Formats: sequence, structure tokens, C-alpha cells
Amino acid sequence: MKDVLIIVLKRLGLGLITLFVISILIFGAVELLPGDIAEAVLGQGATEENVAAMRKQLGLDRPAPVRYLDWLSGAVVGDFGNSLVSGSNVSEVIAPRFANTLFLAAYAAVIAVPLAIILGVIVALLRNSVFDRVANVLTLTSISSPEFFLGYILILYLSVKTGYFPAIAKLSSDMSLLEVLHRTFLPALTMVLVVMAHMMRMTRAAIINLLASPYIEMARLKGTPAWKVIVKHALPNAWAPIINVVALNLAYLITGVVLVEVVFVYPGIGQLLVDAVTKRDFPVVQACCLVFAATFILLNLAADVGSILTNPRLRHPK
Amino acid sequence: MSNIHDKELIRRMAEEAKRGRLSRREFMHYAVAAGLTASAATGMWSGVARAEPKRGGVFRWGIHDGNTSDTHDPGTYVTRQMIYLAHQIRSYLTMINPDNSLGPDLATEWSANPDATVWTFKLNERAVFHSGRKVTSADVIASLNHHRGDDSTSAAKALLTDVVDLQADGDHAVVITMARGNADLPWLMTDYHLAICPAMDNGKIDWKSADGCGPYKIEQGEIGLRWYLSRHDGWHGEGAYFDNVEMLILNDPNARQTALVTGDVDCVSLVELKTLALLKRSRDIEIDNVASGGAITMPMHCNVAPFDNVDVRNALKLCIDRQEIIDKIAFGAATMGNDFHLAPVQPYWPEDIPQRAYDPDQAKSLLKKAGMEGLSVSISTADSLFSGAVDMCVLYAEQAKKAGININVVREPNDGYYSDVWLKKPFCAVSWGSRPTPDVMFTLAYKSDAAWNESYWQNERFNELLLQAKAELDQERRADMYREMCLLMRDDGGTIIPFFNNFVYGRRSNVKHSGSLAASWECDGARAPSRWWFES
Repeated sequence: MKDVLIIVLKRLGLGLITLFVISILIFGAVELLPGDIAEAVLGQGATEENVAAMRKQLGLDRPAPVRYLDWLSGAVVGDFGNSLVSGSNVSEVIAPRFANTLFLAAYAAVIAVPLAIILGVIVALLRNSVFDRVANVLTLTSISSPEFFLGYILILYLSVKTGYFPAIAKLSSDMSLLEVLHRTFLPALTMVLVVMAHMMRMTRAAIINLLASPYIEMARLKGTPAWKVIVKHALPNAWAPIINVVALNLAYLITGVVLVEVVFVYPGIGQLLVDAVTKRDFPVVQACCLVFAATFILLNLAADVGSILTNPRLRHPK
Repeated sequence: MSNIHDKELIRRMAEEAKRGRLSRREFMHYAVAAGLTASAATGMWSGVARAEPKRGGVFRWGIHDGNTSDTHDPGTYVTRQMIYLAHQIRSYLTMINPDNSLGPDLATEWSANPDATVWTFKLNERAVFHSGRKVTSADVIASLNHHRGDDSTSAAKALLTDVVDLQADGDHAVVITMARGNADLPWLMTDYHLAICPAMDNGKIDWKSADGCGPYKIEQGEIGLRWYLSRHDGWHGEGAYFDNVEMLILNDPNARQTALVTGDVDCVSLVELKTLALLKRSRDIEIDNVASGGAITMPMHCNVAPFDNVDVRNALKLCIDRQEIIDKIAFGAATMGNDFHLAPVQPYWPEDIPQRAYDPDQAKSLLKKAGMEGLSVSISTADSLFSGAVDMCVLYAEQAKKAGININVVREPNDGYYSDVWLKKPFCAVSWGSRPTPDVMFTLAYKSDAAWNESYWQNERFNELLLQAKAELDQERRADMYREMCLLMRDDGGTIIPFFNNFVYGRRSNVKHSGSLAASWECDGARAPSRWWFES
């Protein structure tokens, strides 16, 4: 167990360095964009005079490295600064949006992960049957279509034509959980369709790979039923790759949802990031990107820890 | 009216008017054509066709342009979200009426001295902020001062540069002194930046609280997502029939359309023109197609060859087939331009100036006269200007071939178009929002020394007339001056104006309005929540 802890600590340290490098990259990228926040806020009606006045008010007349260090000195003690446009605290702006994104991701994951793994096991069991082929074709089709297209198809059939679900995920604080689940079902379903194929096929491949091993043959020879061979003998050894793919897809559920948010007008963090980039609102862009980066780092770490814990050989190294 | 056929016609027209498909103007036009006298038709319009507004309901309004980083600061209003919201929660001194005339809002009356340099606005004494405090002269002065002074970041600063002094005349009157006479000052007060906010003790305005004296107040909301408003019972105006207004930011055209079709919203502020015909088929949806003062222009730099030759400029104006462009690019939702920057819905529009037609032969002969046969020019454009901006230029290039003119269409990057292409490339496409009066528009983009004189046009007579008309309080003389200016722009100016784009918005058919719709913004000058109602 001690080794696992050391690995976790090491990886967290590396993660922090990664975040630092990312913050420099993001700052540089925002600087490279044509125009600045004063021009973006004032729009076509900007005159040189009031652009200059606004730059001065926001401190944009200082050189870029100074502004970056200024931001960094706050960030290391947990203060991510204020939005340049609205003046409100970045954490306050991001927290409710990130909570919404996490909710949608969790909603989609709760449906997608068990479904994908169960389907994966079944198609491994019935490999090369009609069921296997159909499941593969359907999931591959949905992963190959762009998210917004899937969203429109779902809206057309489940909202416009039948009226089962609302087309826009209009949320307010006084809704019951059931109502929220109903209103956000279509965006969640879109996400499920997008991430299913990857997880299902990885489960199938990992299991089939193991089915050629001698110990599986042994299990078969002693007369174990096929489903038991897979669930009891093959699956425990297949967890490592599956967990990795699940973690990757969970990260995608959080960071890759911008299009789904736009189509269903869901107030998540992706939309916030897009808005912040158009206005060149650096502190918000920075904070959103760091949240995304941290999500990836943490989920990857969780995946590694998960594969160690499910593998006795790694759990008890000699 | 003895004819039964006519009676049936009138009945049908009344029915159409009730459904909001016929405007007052159209109703009058057809009714008079059908043999009714004008006064009878007027009576009929108010009596038969126009249903009485009913109170109640939640008006859910899908809005096409909103950003999370918008703020309540009126000086930096730029998206539709904030502009529309301002028209609900705040008031202006004056407003554009549904028939596009100027009417009172917070100011009940206004008057000027003979040379239009000193203006007095009397305030409505009943007006109160949502907080319950009375609106006084101090609030108006602080609100206008927000756009003045060296440290102001307001985009409306240029509008008020001529203001030299603001004085309170008692609690309910404000005196504005101008450096130069300006007969349009009451019109300028409708500008969306000039919202009246409560003043603080230090003479600044408190915009952060989003308090105002408009017809609705904010119950809850989040910038860039959704606003939930309730009626402000102390509002000084008439209307505000809905109990609540819910504004939803729906930036995605498809989300907007679906929400309207499924009934998730009652009205959307912009409808995709490409699918307009399909949307019109639905009996549950009514489309409002309203001419506006927003223009598409194609300025040519008059100080650069070959555009320094007036014959070349006019040849290029003659070889554009405006009707085809309106049909194919704007899907019919546009008003034809006539190469002067004043739309039929705007004040002082001269109706007797003949429409310039597509005439490649005359263009050819003009070029021959200028010795420029086989002229070849480049026009810059970008996708982000408006929907179809690149296609429009390509179509124009095809049309110009008939006059032997070769137009090379250059597609420029969207980012930075207005800083790198506009005013720099000698021939380009531009999109302009509507301005309240010809004086504002002409001063902004056609006056010889204007910073945004996009065609670098210098016309002595035009500049002279512009200054005269600005301070002229006699309406008739003023209209004559604007007519002459329009003729100068049309025949000597360097700007091609193919069309004025319409506002096209949709509503569920149970949402009713008076039939005339202000052209200052989408949805009845952004005042749909205080002017429209639900049919029970």
C-alpha cells in the first residue's frame, strides 16, 4: 500500500508542474490572439480614446510577463483573480458552471459505464454473432457522428416529433431532481452515445484477448459455463485496460462537451470558456483550462491507481 | 360596400389582422383599395381588427446574442442580451414608438431654444426605481455623465461630445447645453447606452445593482444564461401586460428554432432565413418580417484610383442587381437600397427619389466615357459580416460581368476585419446597425472629416447642408435638406447600398401585438415584453 501512496504523491507533484506549464501556454495563446479585451468588450463602436481608457483601468498597459507573474502570485495561494470583464471572482463564476458540467458528466457516466461494460461482456460472449455485429455497427456509427448532429437527431425524434423530452435544458434552482433529470436527459443521452463505443469495444477486446490464455482453457475444460468463465476468470484480469479507457472517457465527458452544451443550451463550463475566449478574459480562460487539465491529470492518476489495485501482482510487488 | 365580395374581403382582412399577419399600414392600404374611406378604415382597424390586450402570463423569450462576460454597465452594452434587458429593467428619456415616431419614456415633454443648443427635458414625476426611490434630475444627470469625461470607457462617448453642461431644473427637469445646435437630441436619447440608472451620493451611477425604472424588475438571473423578471408595479408607462418575463439566451440558431417549434419559448428574436419558408408552414407560429434601418454597404475609397472618378463609381452602382441579391442572399427579408444611407422606416426618408435599377448597358457607357472599359477591381469581404456576405460579393461579381467589369472577390479573415480591412482596403463590404436619425448616420460615416468616413468622400455641399440641417428645427426645411443630401450620396457618393436588412423574428400564434412594430431593434424595438400580450 505504501508504494501506491508514493506513486500517488509523485504523480500529484508532476501534475502540479504540468499545470504550471499549461498556464504559461494558455497565457501565451491568449496573448497571441488578435485584439485584446478592451477591443472585444467595446466592439465595433470602439474609439482609440476609450479603448486606451479601458486598457488603463484593467492594467493592460503593463507588459505581458508582469501581468502573468501578477496572476501567478495570486494563483499559487488559491486566488485565481477576478474576471476582467465582469469584475466578479473567477472561482464564483466557475463553481456553479463546473458543478453543472460535473452533474451532466455524472448523469451520462452512470448510464454509459455500466451499459458499456455489460454490453462489452455480452458481445465478447457472443462474439461474431449477429448481436455482436449490430452492437458494433451502432456504437461505431454514433461515435463517428459529430456530437451536435447526434443531438439534433435526438431532438428531432424525441422532442419535436414526439414531445417526450424538452429540446432545451432550461434549468432553474427551484426544480426537483426528477425534473432536472428529465430536462437534461437528451444532452446526457447524446454524451452516452458518444462515449459508449470506445468503452464497449475495449472491454470486448480485452476479454477476447484473455480467452486464448491457458488458464481460461483450463476453466473451460473443468466445465465452467461460458458466462462464468468470462465474468469470474477473464474480467478480473481485463480490468486494467478497461479502467484506463473509462477514465479517458470520463475526462472527455467533462472537457469535451462544448458542442452538446451549445445545442441543448446547457449552462456548463464549456460554454463559459468559449465566451471567455471571445472576450479575451484571461483569468477566466486560464481557470477553465486549468480545471480541464486538472481533471485529466486526476482521472489518469485514478486510472493508474485503479489498475494497480485490481492487479494482485502490482499490489504486492516482490 | 354593397358588394358581398368586398364584405368577405374585409372580414378576411380583419381575421388576418387579428392573427397579427397584417400590419396597420397594410390593412389601411387594402381597405382603402377595397372602397372604404380612410376614416372608416381607421375605425375598423381599432374596432374590429385589433383585439384588446389582456394581462397575465409568463412571456418566454429566446434571445440570439448573449455572452457570459456581459455586464450591467450601460457604457459597455454590446450584445442583444444586455440591450434587450436594458429595455425591460431600465428606462430612457425618450423611446421609438411602434410606428417609428419619437415618443416619451421617462421624459414627458422636451423643448429647445431657437438654435437648438439648450434643451429642457421634463421628467415624469410618477417614475420610481424598483427600489422604491423616485427618479429625479440627479439620476438623469449622473446617468448621462457616465458617458462623458476623460475616464469614461463608454461606447456612447462620441454621441455626447457636444454636450457642455447638464443642469437640474428642480427635481424633475434637466437642462442640457450643447456646444453646437442639435435638433436630434431627443432622438439621440433613445440610444441603448443612455439608460437611466440610480445615482449614488458621489454623482456616479450604481449600475452594478441592476436597479432601474423600467417596466420589469429582475427576480433572478445569470448573465449569459437566463433572466426571470416580474412586473414593476410602479412603472410610469402603459402596457407591461405579462406578469413575468423569462429571457433565455439561445445563441444556437437550431436551438432557438426548435424551442419555438416545441413551444419551449413564446418568441425568438432571430429566425434563420434559410428555413423561414418551412417555419411559415406551421399554424402555431407567426413570423414578423420588419424593415429596419440596418444597412449593408460597399464603400469605395473616393481618393483612390479608379474610384476617384465619379463615372466609375456610378458604373459600379449600376451593375448590381439588387433584387436578385435580396431574393438569393437575404431570402426576401430585406428592403432595397438606393445608394443613400437612409431607410424607408427612418425619419426624413425622401420617398420621391427614383430607385436606381440594374443597368449594365448604362454602366458600360459610363465606363467608356471615363475611358475605363474592361475595368477590374477587388472587393474585400468576410463571412462574419452577415449571413451570406461572401456569397453576395460573388453574385455581384457575376452581375457586373454583363457590364464588362471584372470584380475579384477577396475573402478576408473574420478576426480583426474592422481594424485591418474596413477603412483600409479601397473597396469592401460592411454591415451597419441602425442609427436613429440621418444626422447621426451621416455625421458618423459620410462627413468629410469623420473618423469613420468609410468611402473618404469629400463633398462640400453635403457637409454644408449637414451642419445646417443639424440645428434646423423647421421640419419641412430640414426634410428638404436631407433629400438633397440623399441625392448627393446617391449620384456622387462612394457607397453602394444593396439593401437594408429586415428584422425577422418568430412568435407562437397566441402572442399578439398591435400590428405596427418599431424598427429600432428586433421584437418591437426590444419592447415586446411591455407591448405584446397573450390571447387567452
